[in-house]
Amino acid sequence: MDIKSMKNYIYWLFCQFELITCSYLMEPWEKLLFYTFNITMLVTVLYTAYIFVPVHISTAFQFFWHFFGNQHENTVSIVK
Amino acid sequence: INHIVHNGGLYKRPFNEAFEETPMLVAVLTYVGYGVLTLFGYLRDFMRQWKIEKCQNATEREEQKDFVPLYQDFENFYNRNLYMRIRDSWNRPICSVPGAKVDMMERVSHDYNWTFTYTGRVIKDIINMGSYNYLGFAQKAGTCQKAAAKVLSHYGAGVCSTRQEMGNLDKHEELEKLVARFLGVESAMAYGMGFATNSMNIPALVGKGCLILSDELNHASLVLGARLSGATIRIFKHNNMQSLEKLLKDAIVHGQPRTRRPWKKILILVEGIYSMEGSIVRLPEVIALKKKYKSYLYLDEAHSIGALGPSGRGVVEYFGLSPEDVDVMMGTFTKSFGAAGGYIGGKKELIDYLRTYSHSAVYATSLSPPVVEQIITSMKCIMGEDGTTVGKARVQQLAENTRYFRRRLKEMGFIIYGNEDSPVVPLMLYMPAKIGAFGREMLKRNIGVVVVGFPATPIIESRARFCLSAAHTKEMLDTALKEINEVGDLLQLKYSRHRLVPLLDRPFDETTYEETED
Repeated sequence: MDIKSMKNYIYWLFCQFELITCSYLMEPWEKLLFYTFNITMLVTVLYTAYIFVPVHISTAFQFFWHFFGNQHENTVSIVK
Repeated sequence: INHIVHNGGLYKRPFNEAFEETPMLVAVLTYVGYGVLTLFGYLRDFMRQWKIEKCQNATEREEQKDFVPLYQDFENFYNRNLYMRIRDSWNRPICSVPGAKVDMMERVSHDYNWTFTYTGRVIKDIINMGSYNYLGFAQKAGTCQKAAAKVLSHYGAGVCSTRQEMGNLDKHEELEKLVARFLGVESAMAYGMGFATNSMNIPALVGKGCLILSDELNHASLVLGARLSGATIRIFKHNNMQSLEKLLKDAIVHGQPRTRRPWKKILILVEGIYSMEGSIVRLPEVIALKKKYKSYLYLDEAHSIGALGPSGRGVVEYFGLSPEDVDVMMGTFTKSFGAAGGYIGGKKELIDYLRTYSHSAVYATSLSPPVVEQIITSMKCIMGEDGTTVGKARVQQLAENTRYFRRRLKEMGFIIYGNEDSPVVPLMLYMPAKIGAFGREMLKRNIGVVVVGFPATPIIESRARFCLSAAHTKEMLDTALKEINEVGDLLQLKYSRHRLVPLLDRPFDETTYEETED
């Protein structure tokens, strides 16, 4: 039953998307065009995120680590 | 903004009007929707121009392609690309009397609303939430119908002349005396068409050298009449008395634009109930301003006559004012009386002047006799002169229906515009796809509604407009409310951020105030 209500909920969300972007009013070939464009853009964005976001995060992390990390090593040496 | 106004004792009852602001997210998404539709509109126009797609709308002929284009402005672009997609919600043919329930002919379109074909089936007993049938006089049986049938067999249907020539029947004289008595004015005159009453009589009353102050949201007939008259027109913000007072002050102080002479006449044009907003004019304040600055008032009671006031005499009675304060009282018989036509009431000199100088009296055919009889019978019924209390019961039923319906819709969480007491209920839809979806879904559930979009309303504020009637029983309203609730959940229309505390079992009376929690 949970699967059914989940499917109904997802269908309802899809209907809301259709209403907001007015694809409810479009003819089938227009809908095809619109969804193709949207899905292409979405896939492109996700692919770019997949490739670049880990690299960005690790670079940023290293930058901040250097910033605080060197100080930490210095204090360790002084205490020693 | 919800506020209850007591303006220095001018108002004898609380004036409860609210126009909730459009939520920001909804406005942004509406623009997104219109943007997508505009892009697709350009694509389709491109395809039509390069003959990839067959062009089904009006275009210029081949020889005229080099002339100034006729169909390139935004109105036509909108018409071709947005209106055509949702066109099946309008111009629906009905095939019975438009009472509380109506029969509609079913039609389908196989080429996306460019052409329609009738399937032959008739959808029966659709709850009619769109007809201007405020007191329920649109009936095919009853005293009004019998009287009209008798007059039809006596006088026939056509008048074949104008009022000034041979079209002045004794029925018309009887009607005018009755209307004058109903309104409490000295004299009245009736015309064949409500739109023509406004557009043809304002030019007779004002001319060049006069000033017209007209409300922002006035009806097309008032705007047309004002423009035809040739007077200077200035617009004040909707129902905003500070804006009106500023305009009046400027007019008196500065006079006419170039010569600085005083204006010959200043005429304020307002309506009793504005049909797109459901708001009621602030009449006590307008009359106070009119008296202070010595100008004239033209009140168009098309929707409010018969629908407001304890005995149905309109917005003047609703506020407890005297009809002598309003210089020109105009109204129509289309809405509350179940007939057609319009009237103007006022002082005897004014009406005698209009009988000679109005375009409508000289050139337009006068009212048809069965229609006149319908108006006479229904007006006598409202006044109680036919010996029954049917009229009074109907006026009270309409007021109860109005309050109940508005309160229930607000409790459900829809954004409803307008005054608490107006029987016109606009429910905001905002997004263009929801306009079409709402109309279709409600028809599937056997309820007929009127949805309104761009040219009649601002572009993001599209709405569904319900017109309540005294003929609606509580069961019909409950059914309609249940379906509206379902469709509201389905289409996600419950935008309101002010939640009303639901009243459990308090009766309707004058002291029931609303409680809101923000």
